[in-house]
Formats: sequence, structure tokens, C-alpha cells
Amino acid sequence: MKTFKIGGVHPEENKISAGVAIKNLALPKTAVIPLSQSLGAPSVPIVNKGDKVLTGQLIAQGTSFISSNIHAPVSGTVSKIDDMMDASGYRRKAIIIDVEGDDWVDTIDRSQEIKQEITLSKEEIIACIKNAGIVGLGGATFPTHVKLMVPEGKKAEYLIINAVECEPYLTSDHRIMLEKGEEVMIGIKLLMKALAVEKAFVGIENNKPDAIAHLSQLAEKYSGIKVAALKVKYPQGGEKQLIKALINREVPSGKLPIEVGCVVQNVGTAYAVYEAVQKNKPLIERVVTVTGKAIANPSNFIVRIGTPVSALLEAAGGIPDETGKVINGGPMMGKAVNSTEIPVVKGMSGLVLMPEKEAKRMKVSNCIRCAKCVSACPMGLAPYLIAQTSEIGQEEMAESLRVLDCIECGSCSFTCPSGRPLLENIRMAKNKVGQIIRSRAK
Amino acid sequence: MHGDQTVRKIMWGVVIALIPAMLVSFWYFGIGALLLTAVAVLTCLVVEFLIQKYLLKEPNSIGDGSAVITGILLALNVPSNLPVWMLVVGSVVAIGVAKMTFGGLGKNPFNPALVGRVFMLISFPVNMTSWPTPLVNRTVLVDAITGPTSLGIVKEGLAKGDSMSDIMTQLPSYAEMLLGNMGGSLGEVSAIALILGGLFLIIRRIITWHIPVTFIGTVFLFTGALYLIEPTQYIDPVFHLLAGGLMLGAIFMATDMVTSPMTKSGMVVFGIGCGLLTVLIRVWGSYPEGVSFAILIMNALVPLINKGFKPKKFGEVVKNG
Repeated sequence: MKTFKIGGVHPEENKISAGVAIKNLALPKTAVIPLSQSLGAPSVPIVNKGDKVLTGQLIAQGTSFISSNIHAPVSGTVSKIDDMMDASGYRRKAIIIDVEGDDWVDTIDRSQEIKQEITLSKEEIIACIKNAGIVGLGGATFPTHVKLMVPEGKKAEYLIINAVECEPYLTSDHRIMLEKGEEVMIGIKLLMKALAVEKAFVGIENNKPDAIAHLSQLAEKYSGIKVAALKVKYPQGGEKQLIKALINREVPSGKLPIEVGCVVQNVGTAYAVYEAVQKNKPLIERVVTVTGKAIANPSNFIVRIGTPVSALLEAAGGIPDETGKVINGGPMMGKAVNSTEIPVVKGMSGLVLMPEKEAKRMKVSNCIRCAKCVSACPMGLAPYLIAQTSEIGQEEMAESLRVLDCIECGSCSFTCPSGRPLLENIRMAKNKVGQIIRSRAK
Repeated sequence: MHGDQTVRKIMWGVVIALIPAMLVSFWYFGIGALLLTAVAVLTCLVVEFLIQKYLLKEPNSIGDGSAVITGILLALNVPSNLPVWMLVVGSVVAIGVAKMTFGGLGKNPFNPALVGRVFMLISFPVNMTSWPTPLVNRTVLVDAITGPTSLGIVKEGLAKGDSMSDIMTQLPSYAEMLLGNMGGSLGEVSAIALILGGLFLIIRRIITWHIPVTFIGTVFLFTGALYLIEPTQYIDPVFHLLAGGLMLGAIFMATDMVTSPMTKSGMVVFGIGCGLLTVLIRVWGSYPEGVSFAILIMNALVPLINKGFKPKKFGEVVKNG
């Protein structure tokens, strides 16, 4: 079975919520909509305090090249535009809406009927995606329309759909494939048209046989889409690893997937693209997994953006006593949240409650040079060496060790028997080297 | 999130892998072997504890199992009738000098047990190279019947000008060697017990096959080539595999993670280097056995090997197709 060649680890999968159907979560009383929900520049608000807004109405615009639109996920009154704590742990600008009813913009098709026929042109599809404020829903939140604009001199050959969901615990993509398979397929066709490619690969790890079977069956109806089962190995959802696994091409160091003719989109993004293009529905809600070993009802919720995390936790049965951390994202790459009042944002794929015992850090001991981190690194780096550069304050040495290739998957820290904070130290080195390179360019 | 590997699990895993070899040594050499193993382990633990407490003033880490491994390996590297105090000295050197001086586990450039062994070999050459015959007087501590090791028989015989066929008659059979019924240090005897331990280490992912296989393979091929060229001068390669400390060294000491290279390609180079040096010393050196020296010399080259053999980087070779 296909997989990537270098490195990788096998964390316990713990896909507890895989069998739980997606449920709608009730609307919040107040929605907090951060203006920084995608990579790039924050969106610029176009509503003012006191304005009435409808669900799906544009409330903030992406104005620079890499930025995205934001729409009201609820209807009601804008109560203020203020600094609010978000998932980053910082207080940043957000639009706060007091929810009143749920009145939608009337151009949005809210019916469940599946619209197969693709009528829009390539340019119109991209414009539609841009207007709908769609960003990469796997967690990286790169504006989707930017990825679809292939730079001059490059050519896209393949669309790669990332349905790997290699993070332990998370099941939102899995549920979308099972419950919205048809829509996902149409979304993929739309993306293919936008990129003018003939072929798309959907990479799904083998621990989701039902999703593989379902999409494979659907794929017979859609020409050019091929579903590929992949051997379970973390971090296969890294785009470079996924491309390697599916078509055996290696994205060169420091380059983007388009260098090898690929554009990678998350499967959840494909669903959002379907809704945006076929149903005229902007990105105002998403599927979020709420899970953990001790939680009463592990769930997959469709949640409006701006809903406080606490509401999701409540709906899943509340925070169990022995919980040590609430992680935004998967346990490998996600970050612990420092408040449960932060809102759900476009990039939030799951909330994982880690028991105290597992959340605790291991006692750090000497590096025993076991080389497990070297074997585990999917980018072929020497994590122990890079981490050392920041331990001794010589981060500039990390540049030649190709620290910028690090995809921050955490396989090194995961595998380290001495419990060393390898990824943390590598991140520091990465930041420093990034600064050095930027200052050189000036 | 963290996996389930810890230093403790790795180190105690090595201890478990050494159990078959220890049991064989107790069987062949009796309470002498038992006593030496106990003394070496205890000395290693005490020395590490004292140094951490009074010199380094840091919390002790003797529970991590690494000092236990050093103790067992030291005991497995000496003859069963070695005076106990000599082994105590060797243990102090191994832990005190070769390990703690550099900052403890993970920081030592040389394998501590090997440093201890070589220190004893140089300081007490007579006691370190006269071996009790196995299965004799297992219940008394001072053993009267001693003889040379198989490698020693070959080396001395060739030096005297004996013919290889004469020498062969004085050697134990391969079956005996495989089981361990021959003269030698405690753990240099049974290849089967050592290989069993090695398989355990590989299955538990504590070591990889790279170093043992290339090390043993190189010795086999090199001595095999010599044997094919001049069978009257050189003994056959199977003998070289089963005699002396090759198995013990290749499986348990060359694979010491602290003192071996960080990449698979580096490990292969390291293993081949160990193999070549072992044969050079065994065949042309003045010592009958070369495994310890070979590994220590290669330990010294590890930083260089790490520089030369980097991991294969993703995206370095652009392959489109």
C-alpha cells in the first residue's frame, strides 16, 4: 500500500468519534468573529457597531493578495468591534454579534437538494470561492482562491485531495466523506475545473475503509477522480508527504507543491467549495470534532463560526474532571487553548480533551543519541542537532541544517525517549532563521 | 503528544536482552560468574550514585538502567576467575572516568564498559587473559584449571609455526562454540544466547540490524577471503564468527546508541569499520582479540561519520515521474 518513504511515526489512533454522525449545534447567544481567520492579512470590517446583519452577509473583506472575506455566521446586531482572545491566545480584533433569530441572506440556497450541474467558468468558480471566504480547512487556513491561481510559468497537472486525517482523534473529514460524499465529489470537480486539470487523487488512510469504499464507488460517476488508500502513517497529511505517497514526486526544499504540478486541497475544503459555488453559501460554519478518552459524548458538530468553544464542550457532555488540556486541533500538532471562551474559527478542525496523565510532560533527561528523531523526521532532518542550536543560542547554525524545511509535525518530540522538547526548540530556531533571512533580503 | 518509549524502557530492555547470555555464563562458570556480575553491577550503581550526589550534585539517575547495563557488560567481558577487586577497579573506571566525566548518560564518546575492559586488559594482562575451563569447578571461586581462548590458541600456534591442521585439533567444535562450551570471558561464550538477545533488541526496536549485521558480515567476508587465499595460514570464517567477543561486541556494545552514528548509512560505515579493524587486529595485531579496540576506535570516529553521513533529506533529489 502506498505511503511516503522517509520517517513517520505511528501514534495511537483513538478515532473515538468516527462512528458518530454529524449533528447541528445550537446557535450561540453571542458570536465572536475574529478578523484573523486565514493566513495573511487580517480582514477589514465593513460593518459598524449597531448594524443589523443577516446570516451569510459579508461583514469583513480580504483586501490584500493573501487574505479572505468573512461573513456573518449568524443574524443579529453588531454589538462591538473589539480585541478578543482567540485560539492563538492573543487578544485580536473581532466582530461581536448579538444573535437575533436566524435570518439568512436570500440568495443562499439552503435546500438539501444536490446540485450536480457545473455551469460556471473557471474564472467564475475562483471568484465565487474568493467571495465566499473559503480557506484551507485542514487547519493551515491558506485562502483557497490564492492556491487556485497558478503562477505564471507553472502548470497544474493534478489536484490532490487531502482526506488523510492523520492526526489521532480527529474525525471531521471522515464524517464529511461518509455523509457528504456526493457534495465532496462535486466540490472536487469544481476545483479541477478551476485549475484546469484532468486528474484528481483523493488520498485516504486505510483506517477509514468505509470512506474509501464510499468515495471509490462515487468516483465511478465522476471522471478523472481517483481514490487511493494509503497506509496509516503520521504525518501523511503533510502536503509534501501526501504528494510523495500518491504520485511519488518530491516537492523540492523551500518550494510549493505547484513546483511538481500539484495543488493540494483538504476534503473539507472541497465540501465548502461545493456549498459556495453550487449553493452560493459562504463559509460560515464547519464540522468540528469534540473528543477525548474521558468525554461523555464524543461528537462531530456542524458549528457556526464564532460559537464559543465552551458550548461545544458542553454539548459533548462537559469537561471531565481529570482533563489536563483542551487541544485545538489534533494532539500531534494542535495547541492547548488557554480559555474555553475562545470562538470556533474557520481553521478549527477539532477539540481534543487530553487527560491530565497524558497531557503532562515527561521529565526531560539527557539526549542519549538514540537517533529515533532522525529516523522519525519525515523531512529527513536531524532534529536533535537543530534543537541543540537553540539550546546553545546559536540558531543561525540551523539554517544550513535546513530548519526551514521543518513541517512542525512533532514526530521528533513524539519519539524522543528522553522527553526532550525538540519541536519547541526547533520552532525557536525556525523563527530566528526566518528573521535572519528576512533581514538579509532588506 | 508523546509515544511510549522512554530511556528507562530502552535501558531495561537491553538488560532483559542480556539475560540469556548471563544465564549461560552462570551455567558454564558457576558462582564465580554470578559473583562477578553482582559486584560489577553494584559497583557501577554505587559509583554513579556517589558521583551524582557529591560531585555533580544532581538528582541521581541510577534507576534508568544504564549503569546496570555497563555492569553486566563489564562482567561479561572478563574471565570468571578474575580477582574481584580488579573488576571493581574496572567498574570505577567505566562509570567514573568513561561515563560521568563527560556528563553522564548520553554524553560519553566511548562505550563505558569497553573503556573499563580495556583498562583492565592493559593493567592486569595476565589475569585478563587466562580463562577457566567451563563446566569445571562451578561451585568454587578460585579456579585452578585455566587455558587460553580459542583465538589465543590460534594466535600462539601460528606464532610457533604449527600447521593449521594441528591447531584445529586443539579447538572446540563449532557446536560447542555455538553453545558456549569454550574458554573465554563470561559473555564471549555462547553465540546463541547473544543472538537471541540481539533479536529481542531488534524486535523491540531498541537497535536496528545495521550495525550487528555489517559488523559480523564484514568479519565473515574479510576472514573468508583470507581463508580462500591461504587456508594453511588463516582459519576459516565461521571460527571467527563464533570465537571471542564478536557477537557480544557487535550486538551489545557497538550498538550502544550513545556512541554509535545517528543515521542508517553512518551505522553501516561504522559496522564495516568495526569489522575491518577487528580482523586486522585479530590476524595481524599483537592481541588475539580485537573487538574491543575496534569498537573504541570507531567510537572515536563517530562525530566524523555523523558529519559525513547525513540523513537523506526530503526534496533533495527531485524525482518527477
